Amino acid sequence: MSDHIHHHEHDHDGHEVYVTHYSAKDYIVGFVLSLVLTAIPFWLVMGNVLPADTTRWVIMGFAAVQVVVQMLYFLHMNSKAEGGWNMMALILTVILLVIVMAGSIWVMHHMNANMMPGMGGASDTTHGTHDMP
Amino acid sequence: MSELKATIPGGLTAEQVTARYLVREHHPEQGTLLGFWIYLMSDCLIFASLFATYAVLGRNYAGGPTGAELFDLSLIAINTGFLLLSSITFGFAMISAQAKKLGATLGWMGITGLLGLAFLSLEIYEFQHLIHEGAGPQRSGFLTAFFALVGTHGLHVLFGFVWLVTLMFQLKKHGITPENFRRLSCLSLFWHFLDVVWIGVFTFVYLMGVLP
Repeated sequence: MSDHIHHHEHDHDGHEVYVTHYSAKDYIVGFVLSLVLTAIPFWLVMGNVLPADTTRWVIMGFAAVQVVVQMLYFLHMNSKAEGGWNMMALILTVILLVIVMAGSIWVMHHMNANMMPGMGGASDTTHGTHDMP
Repeated sequence: MSELKATIPGGLTAEQVTARYLVREHHPEQGTLLGFWIYLMSDCLIFASLFATYAVLGRNYAGGPTGAELFDLSLIAINTGFLLLSSITFGFAMISAQAKKLGATLGWMGITGLLGLAFLSLEIYEFQHLIHEGAGPQRSGFLTAFFALVGTHGLHVLFGFVWLVTLMFQLKKHGITPENFRRLSCLSLFWHFLDVVWIGVFTFVYLMGVLP
């Protein structure tokens, strides 16, 4: 696929330059894939096709795949873009993202479970945790 | 490279040689796009914090309405369609700009802008509807986190729209110059990035919100 997106050019010093080449084929493939990957989760939830717990995992999977599809076909992401530095920035961001998300959820879940005696951590009905000092 | 070898003894000053090495050795060819990408990654972290906040507070209803009671999934499906369509129309604008077709570029940008506006209108309608029902951001932790996350995404779309219109005037005035093409490439990254963030929003907020 990288053949469609990037072609090598040489500047006046003979350095290799990677120039993003926007091709209609990439956009159409990306669009159709995204459409399918969006329609299925909506159908699963709106039509109550699967049990709720299964649905939760399946739609998370579809979201992850669609993020990758859009990164490849719309954002033209690959290891060569801007001499590999885009990929470096992306990897660093993903690491920070995982720390922020997983860390917050983990810490707050334990806070919830340990600071709300008698509610078993499931404080999602009448008394929200934000009411506590 | 042979040209380089031939010219250095021929009278390039040390300063010129240093300048050349500073540029060539450490920087990628299109520094602006890399810089813009790093900005987008920092934006990613803002959204990560807002998603984490929503994950933590998203079930604290304080006796108020839940996502299942509030969200209208068919409305969200239509809005998702608008944003996805605007991604491909922006792609066609980039292809037209690459082929130096000014009229087609402006046309596709216009359609993209209208789709962005349609998305924003539906979102504002949804927010207004929720607030009218007493489900405003002050109602519960869940709704605070919801308005913060979805509202921040909406603000990004609004700024993207303002940028798009501004750039259309620039293109009309100066044509598809290298500078304008670079600006268009940055906006392209921004616009597609907002679509990527929206995948997280419709999955985690809306679809999961209505699941029991």
